[in-house]
Amino acid sequence: MRDLEGKALQAKGKKAKLGRDIDLDAYGAESVSHDYMEDLDALSEGDKKRMILTGVDAGEMDRSGTYVQKDTAVIHAHSRHEGLEVIPIREALKESDWVKDYYWNLVAVDTDKYTARAQLELHDGYVIRALAGSKVIYPVQACMYLEKEGLSQNVHNIIVAEEGSELHIITGCATAPHLQRGLHIGVSEFYVKKNAKLSFTMIHYWAEEMMVRARSVGIVEEGGLFLNNYICMKPVKSLQMYPTTHLAGKGAVARFYSLLVGSPGSEMDVGGRIILKETDTRAEIISRAITNGGDIIVRGDLIGEVPGVKAHLECRGLILNKGSIHAIPELQGKVGGVELSHEAAVGRIAQEEILYLMSRGLSEDEATATIVRGFLSVDIPGLPPQLKAEINRAVEQSDKEMM
Amino acid sequence: MLQIDDLQVKLGDKEILKHIDLELRPGETHILFGPNGSGKTSLLMTIMGYPQYRVTGGKIFFKGEDITHMPVDMRARLGIGMSYQRPPTINGVKTRQMIQICSKGNVDADALAEKVNFSEFLERDINAGFSGGEIKRSELLQLMAQCPDLLLFDEPESGVDLENISLIGNTISQLLQRDFKVNSKKTQKNRRKERTRMGLIITHTGFILDYVTADKGQVLYEGVLTCTSHPREIFTCISKVGYEECVRCAI
Ligand SMILES: Nc1ncnc2c1ncn2[C@@H]1O[C@H](COP(=O)(O)OP(=O)(O)O)[C@@H](O)[C@H]1O
Ligand SMILES: [Mg+2]
Repeated sequence: MRDLEGKALQAKGKKAKLGRDIDLDAYGAESVSHDYMEDLDALSEGDKKRMILTGVDAGEMDRSGTYVQKDTAVIHAHSRHEGLEVIPIREALKESDWVKDYYWNLVAVDTDKYTARAQLELHDGYVIRALAGSKVIYPVQACMYLEKEGLSQNVHNIIVAEEGSELHIITGCATAPHLQRGLHIGVSEFYVKKNAKLSFTMIHYWAEEMMVRARSVGIVEEGGLFLNNYICMKPVKSLQMYPTTHLAGKGAVARFYSLLVGSPGSEMDVGGRIILKETDTRAEIISRAITNGGDIIVRGDLIGEVPGVKAHLECRGLILNKGSIHAIPELQGKVGGVELSHEAAVGRIAQEEILYLMSRGLSEDEATATIVRGFLSVDIPGLPPQLKAEINRAVEQSDKEMM
Repeated sequence: MLQIDDLQVKLGDKEILKHIDLELRPGETHILFGPNGSGKTSLLMTIMGYPQYRVTGGKIFFKGEDITHMPVDMRARLGIGMSYQRPPTINGVKTRQMIQICSKGNVDADALAEKVNFSEFLERDINAGFSGGEIKRSELLQLMAQCPDLLLFDEPESGVDLENISLIGNTISQLLQRDFKVNSKKTQKNRRKERTRMGLIITHTGFILDYVTADKGQVLYEGVLTCTSHPREIFTCISKVGYEECVRCAI
């Protein structure tokens, strides 16, 4: 048995490579109890509204399953689809042996103090699994909700798309309207098995004094497809994450899309790394960052380890009038016969585009808003329509507030 | 009516338009000729109100208002519209959306696009990867949606293949109320009298003259309007003797 506890204890004070250091002792980790709800309709209107902004619908319209965690307590978890499992991770670790092999298997428990804390003070998280061959067409929704002021919410998620399955997950992280200060530590491990398809869309809706550290690693086997979308358009004090995916089987494909909006006082450091380890693997990392006062670092790293792989990285940043964007695209070809490319551009809105729209009758503000909305409206292939609608809603909501 | 009095314009430190006088009455269309770099595009952009073209002297009036320093969007709302030679790409903004913007949501984009054979471009980002001819059709489509009273065309036929040239030419004719068709209620003379739209068309090749009638031709040479005559006459003259001769009229 791996000594997870021992390793975690050793890494308790280990600073992370990226992102400002956070004093973990400044956040509480004691459990906060909330009652389990059979029917999410019993949630307060305020909570429901907040959750819907991250794509989580308490009415469960067009959803295959739901997981909701409030602070440290799981308040709802169930699957409405045969061949789909939605289980709180602490329960899964007790009752399903297979889960143990997937737990801390891709992410090292001693990566840094945040992973260590997720082991030492685990507040649940979810296991979502599509069984072999099952097509879970409607998305599964999962929400991590933070209500207790000053809490550090430490969660661990495991997502598995078994061979030949199809699974779409929309996961929202949100804070209650009154909450100002808190810390969210999220560890996620993704397994996309042979010929499986997984889309994972995460929408964050934080508060101005929130700290966020996410640690996630995925593996995609032969013929598998992993779409990973991340949207954060709300203020956050400090957000740092650098999800990594290993393309470990022939023909595996991964696509990362992220949309970031940086508000004054926000610090975001968001990356994406894809390692192409087998022939015919393909990868794409596309990010759009806009700031109107926040500081954003956008990283991207493509690593080609064998010949016959192809990958592209695209970072575009727009500085509206204040703030900064630092794009750090990296390509690493370790052998000949890899095809890696990137394009990065950071700037302000081109005056020529504003004037063009103005000459069609829009005011300067309307023209700017139109360009910003266009900038954020990247077409993400392979998403079911419900998820496209959620993303569009998040984009529209944000530019209403930004302008 | 568009009236330009003694207009002087600088781009950066360079004087690009020198003492331009021009008058366009309701219903009139003028053709603007001139060699590359003579300031034709600059003149249209100045009328449209692009701020990098700095007016250092003179005035522009439109519909009786002094628009010399009016912002672009107000000029558009007053009824000025332009078909650009090289419009910018705007990522994520679809052609369909541009039609909505131009018409303020008042036209059927699909029906309009069909007229210029542009239906399959409605869901594409505006100008992204459009060929020369596609850009022109897109620009005309937007003007059809916008319905301005003064239409500025910057080389509407350049880069257009032979197949599409008549489509472009006839569309411009219609936009300028210069198409000829039998109308049971109105004589052709009456239709001509009722024309209100004004047009200023830059042409390099003169092909447009085969499709669009015009009242006047003008030559712009090194920022100076050197010659006013019948458009066909100017075009034939330039074809025979070249723009080099213009220098003698410019003095
Ligand atoms: N962005 C620019 N910066 C500096 N000079 C320019 C720029 N664009 C055009 N010019 C100059 O201004 C003059 C007029 O250009 P333009 O109006 O485009 O001419 P035309 O349309 O007749 O070919 C030319 O000498 C050209 O080189
Ligand atoms: Mg020109």
